[in-house]
Parts: sequence; structure tokens; C-alpha cells
Amino acid sequence: MLLSSLVDASRLQFALTAMYHWLFVPLTLGLGILIAIFETKYYRSGDESWKKLTQFWSRIFAVNFACGVATGIILEFEFGTNWSNYSWFVGDIFGAPLAIEGIFAFFLESTFFAVMYFGWNKVSKGFHLLSTWLTAIGANISAYWILTANGWMQNPVGVAFNPATARNEMTDFWGIVFSSTTLSKFSHSVMSGFLVAAIVVIAISCWYLKKKRNKEFSMRSIKYAGFFGLFAIVMLMVTGHSSAVTVAKTQPMKLAAMEGLYRGENGTPLVGVGLLNPKKEWNNDEDPYLFHISIPKGLSFLANMDFDSYVPGINDIIEGGYKYVDKNGEEKTAISFQEKVERGNMARRALALYGQHKDNPDTLVKNQVLSQAQQYLDENFEYFGYGFLKDPKESIPNVPVTFYSFRIMVMLGGYFILFLLVCLWMWKKKIIENKKWFIFIAIVSVPLVYICAEAGWIVAEVGRQPWTIQDLLPVQASVSGVSSGNVWTTFIIFAVLFTTLLIAELKIAFNQIKKGPEGIKWN
Amino acid sequence: MEVGKTLWIIILIKLVVIFLILRIFFFKPELSSYDSDEQKASHVIENLTKLP
Repeated sequence: MLLSSLVDASRLQFALTAMYHWLFVPLTLGLGILIAIFETKYYRSGDESWKKLTQFWSRIFAVNFACGVATGIILEFEFGTNWSNYSWFVGDIFGAPLAIEGIFAFFLESTFFAVMYFGWNKVSKGFHLLSTWLTAIGANISAYWILTANGWMQNPVGVAFNPATARNEMTDFWGIVFSSTTLSKFSHSVMSGFLVAAIVVIAISCWYLKKKRNKEFSMRSIKYAGFFGLFAIVMLMVTGHSSAVTVAKTQPMKLAAMEGLYRGENGTPLVGVGLLNPKKEWNNDEDPYLFHISIPKGLSFLANMDFDSYVPGINDIIEGGYKYVDKNGEEKTAISFQEKVERGNMARRALALYGQHKDNPDTLVKNQVLSQAQQYLDENFEYFGYGFLKDPKESIPNVPVTFYSFRIMVMLGGYFILFLLVCLWMWKKKIIENKKWFIFIAIVSVPLVYICAEAGWIVAEVGRQPWTIQDLLPVQASVSGVSSGNVWTTFIIFAVLFTTLLIAELKIAFNQIKKGPEGIKWN
Repeated sequence: MEVGKTLWIIILIKLVVIFLILRIFFFKPELSSYDSDEQKASHVIENLTKLP
């Protein structure tokens, strides 16, 4: 087994790249749609002030797009170099959605972005509007394909493993594309992008109000962004719930870590606020919490839409023996960690046997062995990844990181509901410009909304550890044999590159904001 | 459009760093050293089945 330092370095590098990438993406997803709505108003009314508004926010969109574009490609480099076992093992399941994203969605977005940015007064109003909508839709379709690939890693459906090539092969394209995990991840991620865009637009508009300039522009932007953000936060609650239902079915250990739940029960409470006990381990009798305020039966409802349903905790999942309904709707009895390890080892041994005999010149022996190995693989492949684990502790994600990230996300979500309601009420009363405290809060909300969006991803990705592919491949079996020194070198290069890009984006964006809508020289 | 030029420069520098420096010098896919898919499959099977 490779040194854990290589695994940790590769994970850290991937986390850094993904988190920086997600600083650029959500604004593109949401602001594109808002700009398209603004331009539709201009197209319908012919009112030049809508055009000015569209052009200003397009400028902010362009700065974010230019700094963020291609940062995701580095993730694909990392798959090939640092995660080569994983990349080969997933076969075309992972490559196909990424290729579709690149060929169709990204080029759709990029091509029409050029028309949207450079096409004012060069193409007809109708074609420009169409380009703006296609840019916004392209960005969101792009996100769909990426999240299809990510969703499959969290819930590997629609595939069959081919031991001759050691690759998973697609058996149900639509099953992968429309899996419950993909749908809930896409809707939740995109809505978080909409919320980010709404908060950024409100904050910049509030800054103008503070400076006593561009009042009509700002009030109009706040109105549309306020309702857009409110729609997004309501949808985030709905999609968050559907995500929890999906996680309960496909990744029960993640749900248990999100809650710091070690022993489940019928009618499991949901921890609203809590402090974890740092001494708690899965195999001791310490209380999981130093302090907590819980909603009775809340987790049972969140996970299963049934207040009295059973939700397994970390110890229950390790020990097995409880009844559950699997992702195909069948009732089963959970097997223990130890049984999963044994079955995973059987699958690994069967693969080894297959590899040794696939070129055996004795056809009779070859056919017998391969047939037997295939049978063992078919029976045990769903636990293949457990064959790499030894200690039950290895199957538990980092509970504090998952638990607190989840609470940060939910609490900030609650804060944004309140913020948007107050914002819209103050907009209606036309009192925002006189309320310096609200303007301050609006500006502070920008880093908070990014923290909220990143926290959601931390829950999703840290919570699924140790798996790169749920139950099939843990991180330590996914990495390549590269040197950890090489990974650290590129880690530093990325940290410098991305930080430079972020500083450049902020500097250019602040400069454009200072110039304001009146600084636009498009016509 | 001054900002347009700045953005183009950022995009070009970024693409050069990503594709001409990182991709060529730091990110060679590990399996690219094998000539055939059979060899790649054997390498991965060996990695996935060797005992710790």
C-alpha cells in the first residue's frame, strides 16, 4: 500500500483545486440567468436603462468567467496523474459525461458568451438575447454533466465491471444521467449558485446606495436579485431535503457523520445546534456531544419522510443487523463491516485469479477459472472497496469536519432566508439607502454566501470518505505511484496560480464596480 | 475596451501555464507509459490485487 502521505497530498491538492474552482463557478451559474432576465426586460421594453443594467452585470460576469474558465481542467489532469488507478477503473463512465460537457455544454457557453460580450450593436437584439440565454443555459448544462460524473462516484449505478479490462462499463446511460444522486446534487448546487449571484448583486447595489449613486439602477437590481435569491433559497431547502433522502439510501455513513450519530433509533432526533465531544470514538462509550439542542424525530423525517423511521448510526453501520430499504427498493438486513471486508477480499482475490488466468494457454482450465472468478466477482463486487480496509475506523469519514460544515451551511442558509426577506421588505419601503447597518450586512454577506457554498461541498466530499467511488474504491487504492514530492510541488504551483487569479478577479471586479454602469463604453 | 484586453491576457497566461507548463512538465498521465490497453489493465489489476 502506498504511503498515506501520498494519499493525503493527493487529496489535499484535489481539495484545493476543487474549492478554488468552486469560488468561480457559482457566480457564473446564477449571474448568467439574472443577466438573461435583465436583457429580456430590455428586449421587451426597449428601455435603455435595462440595457445599461444588463451590460454592467455582463461585465462582472465576464471578469468572473475569464478568471474561472479552465480552472476545472486541472482537476482532469489530476485524475490522470495522481489518480490513475481510479481513472482506469471508472472507464468511460466518468469520461463520457466530462467529454459531453466539454464538447457540447462548454462550447455552447463559450461560443455564445463571445456573442454576448462582443456582439452589442453587431448582431440583432433578438440574436443577442438568444446568445445571452444560451450562455446562461450552457453554463448550467455544463454543471449538469460534471455533477453526473460526481453523482456516479457517490452512487455508482448503471454499470457492470469487466475483470478482463479492470474497468467499469456503462450498461444504463440514462440510469447514470438521471440517478437520484445526480438530480439532487445538480439542483442543490445550481440553486446555491443562484443564491451566490443574488447576494453578490444585492451587495454591490447596496454599495452604490451607500455612495449615493446609481440609485435607480441599484433598486432595480436589488428587487430582481432579491426575488431570485428568495426563489433559490426556497429551492435549496426543497433540494436539500431530497439530497438528505438520497444520502440516507445510498451513503448512510455520510448521514451519520453529518449528525455525529453513533447509535440510531426509531424517531431519531436532528441536532440543530451542538458541540461534539472530541474524546468520542466509535468504539468507546463517551457521549457523542458535549452539548446539543435537537429537534425530536427530525432526522428520521429528513432521511425517510417518516417521523418514526429508523436511521442507523456509525456503530450500527459497522455492526450491521438492522433492516433497511436499499436503493432498488428492496428490504434487506445490513451486513457488518467485517462481512463487507471479507466479501471485498473475495472480490479482490477473484480479480487477481482472473488476471492470472486470462492468458492461460490451457483453454479448459482458463474457462473454468475465469467462470468461477466471474461468479465470485458478480456476487461480491458491490463490496469490492472494503477489501482494501482493515479497521472499522477506516470506513468512518472525519466526523467533526462533516458535522460542523453541515451546520455552517444550514445556519447560513437560515440567515440568508432572513436577510432576503428583510432586504425585500426594505426595498418595498424604499429605506435601504438610509440603513447603513443593512448595507454593511449586505456587503459582509458576500464572503458568507461563498462560505455557505463551500461548506456544502465539504459535507458532500469529506462526508463520503474514504471512498472515491462509494463502496467500490477507497482513496488509498485510487492513487497513482507518483512521488509525493511531485504532488506537493504542483500543490504549491496551484496555490500560487489560483490565489493570483482570485486577486486579479477581485481587483478587476472592484475596478469595474467603482466605474459603475456609467463607465460602460459599449455604445 | 480596456477590461476586455486585460481579460484576454489573463486567459492566455492561464492557458499557457496550464497546458504548456503544468500539463507537459508535471501532469503526465501515469498509464501513458504503457503502449496498449492490455498492459494498462494488467498494471491496474496488479495494483488493485496486490496484498498490502
